[in-house]
Amino acid sequence: MDMRSADFQQDFFSLFNLPTRYQIDSIALEQSFLALQAKVHPDKSSHLSEAERRLSMQWATRVNEGYQTLRNPLDRARYLLSLQGVHTLEDSNTAMPVDFLMQQMEWREALEESKQTKDISALEELEQHVQHEVSILQQQLAADIDDTRDYAAASGIVRKLKFLEKLAEEIGSAFDELDT
Amino acid sequence: MALLQIAEPGLSAAPHQHRLAVGIDLGTTNSLVATVRNGISTVLNDIDGCAMLPSVVRYAADGSVQIGQTAQAMQVDDPHNTIVSVKRFMGRGLKDVGEVGNLPYRFVDAPGMLQLRTSAGVKSPVEVSAEILKVLRERAELSLGGELVGAVITVPAYFDDAQRQATKDAAKLAGINVMRLLNEPTAAAIAYGLDNAAEGVYAVFDLGGGTFDISILKLSQGVFEVLATNGDSALGGDDFDHRIYCGVLEKAGLSALNVHDTRLLLTHARAAKEQLTDYPQTQFTAVLSSGELVDLSLTREAFHEMTQNLVARTLQATRRALRDAKLKVSDIKGVVMVGGSTRMPQVQHAVGEFFGQAPLNNLDPDKVVALGAAIQANVLAGNRSGDDWLLLDVIPLSLGLETMGGLVEKVIPRNSTIPSARAQEFTTYKDGQTAMSIHVVQGERELVSDCRSLARFELRGIPAMVAGSARIRVTFQVDADGLLSVSAREMASGIESSIVVKPSYGLSDEEITRMLQDSTQHARDDMVARALREQQTEAAQLLEAVDNALQQDGDTLLDADAQALIRASMDALRAVIAGSDHPAIKRAVEALNLATTEFAQRRMDQSVKRALAGHKLSDLEG
Repeated sequence: MDMRSADFQQDFFSLFNLPTRYQIDSIALEQSFLALQAKVHPDKSSHLSEAERRLSMQWATRVNEGYQTLRNPLDRARYLLSLQGVHTLEDSNTAMPVDFLMQQMEWREALEESKQTKDISALEELEQHVQHEVSILQQQLAADIDDTRDYAAASGIVRKLKFLEKLAEEIGSAFDELDT
Repeated sequence: MALLQIAEPGLSAAPHQHRLAVGIDLGTTNSLVATVRNGISTVLNDIDGCAMLPSVVRYAADGSVQIGQTAQAMQVDDPHNTIVSVKRFMGRGLKDVGEVGNLPYRFVDAPGMLQLRTSAGVKSPVEVSAEILKVLRERAELSLGGELVGAVITVPAYFDDAQRQATKDAAKLAGINVMRLLNEPTAAAIAYGLDNAAEGVYAVFDLGGGTFDISILKLSQGVFEVLATNGDSALGGDDFDHRIYCGVLEKAGLSALNVHDTRLLLTHARAAKEQLTDYPQTQFTAVLSSGELVDLSLTREAFHEMTQNLVARTLQATRRALRDAKLKVSDIKGVVMVGGSTRMPQVQHAVGEFFGQAPLNNLDPDKVVALGAAIQANVLAGNRSGDDWLLLDVIPLSLGLETMGGLVEKVIPRNSTIPSARAQEFTTYKDGQTAMSIHVVQGERELVSDCRSLARFELRGIPAMVAGSARIRVTFQVDADGLLSVSAREMASGIESSIVVKPSYGLSDEEITRMLQDSTQHARDDMVARALREQQTEAAQLLEAVDNALQQDGDTLLDADAQALIRASMDALRAVIAGSDHPAIKRAVEALNLATTEFAQRRMDQSVKRALAGHKLSDLEG
């Protein structure tokens, strides 16, 4: 018998019935998500009492939030660290290794240049470079959180990934701009 | 399981009876209503056998209102008072509506949403849309032989909050209980997916009379998950007509036409467009009010050329949707074509070329949205469990707040699965600041001025503190209709002040009541009677729901006393339900809702536990 409480306060890993780790089984996550939404989605309760409809909306919202948090690697890392009482201080701690900052500047220049020259293939190349760097950092994050439990190092990587996430967003907007 | 019958005399929706629910496609050009009968989704025709109701409303000088074909027939003769394509004005201000100069209406600028001056007075697009919805409601009630429990109304996926709210207001005004606002491409995907047992990632390309949507959906084992959506809520068949119209003006050397001639040429332009779907060439012939003859030939090639940038805009949105879904063209298994404007050969060709496969046209592009909405309505009304499929939709445009310097801080990003909520904390800018102005916007751009302003409100009574030490938590909640509500609360002081806002363009309940009274002054009694019946129906449904819940879980989740308390509230409601004391019924419904809150929570907890308990097994097996 399943003794876990379906308490609204439980953490997302318990909610989705997953071990509290950075490396997760994404298929299991998706299956849990769909199994939960199949029960709690507002479409399932629209003909029920007002109390049940309200609860259903709250639960469906929470399940969506949890799915979003666990599915996105950066959000998942941030969330895991917060469960450990570690804050990633992305707004206040902006100290970065010099080589990382140099790389950022280089990429930002490349972004500006491909925007000005309307060079789609340069933009695609840049996107691939960034994506590659992101996956390397994600691997380090997995090792720092799941294996060595070095949360300070993990926080540093989260801050780096935040930079890269912003850059990736700007690359996305640049694609949109060039496509008008 | 034996079920207790709670039949009350005089109620239209007796328990366990099939509940009358419909899907409504409120289109720019045509509107339809459909329902599920004997398990099959069917479009309902009018008494003449027509399924499509032209979305045209005429306010005649004698005060009468014509809707549909009869109004459409008058659009050239009475252009000021005959409103076509009103959907393009829903939730829109005057500055949002391009090419106003070419439209034969007397616009009135109003905060939030423009209005139209007609011979029957100034009308809001919400009122005009409500006239169309009323005809469809009456058609459905006549055809199904009873009052509707509710309707699912479709909206373009790319409709923003203002446009959605306006649509919901129109339904309210038409006396329709909106069970859900459903995105048009998603509705089409339901109809298509259930019909074809489709699995995989599909694109729904929906080009209607006035709006364009592209949605990317993952269909698997009865789950319809929208991965991304994009579009343009001001791009549709009307724009193709307009290109022909402009081409004709140019070729014939015409300028500054009167409103009759403008409407005449636009009507002919639409006919020419439709001709060019089937023929390589057509003749454009019209006699202007001056007696001047316009007689031009138009080839398909010329038409394609003058509209190629419209087609290009649809593909641009399609590329964005794919990028947001993190997918490539080769990941798309099929492209479902929806909306009458997808009949145009240049659209078919461009979509086929883009996706590298022939688009799917096996469902009637005019009807598929209404058919899908009816299937959803049937489930929401409780006629079918709906356990076998699940619909997960997204918001089309990011929601955010204005921060310092007129910049937008995104709170809920586009393509978030709904319902969705997110809180963001803000702080004060000055020492001793006691109020904060909160400006909610929707859109993708960085500057507030480039986004749509949804609402402004002030949070007052913040305790005076040093700058940066107050903590204002602003929470955005988007419901399953894609509609937003916002609340704000000061956290640091322990004093909580909270406000819930509805976006400012939305009509207040008082305004809707006034509109209802204006439009049906002579039918006030009917209105009261209708409201009573609706309350009774709602009460009967609640009794049934609670009764079912008690039978399923009463003994396991509640002790005898708790059950007795709920039963007492049920008896109290039963005692008043058949009477005409509307407030008494309402009070008893509220009391029963309150009495069942704890029970509902326990049921939900149990259901969540079961969802994963069952899932655990399959994990082990897998």
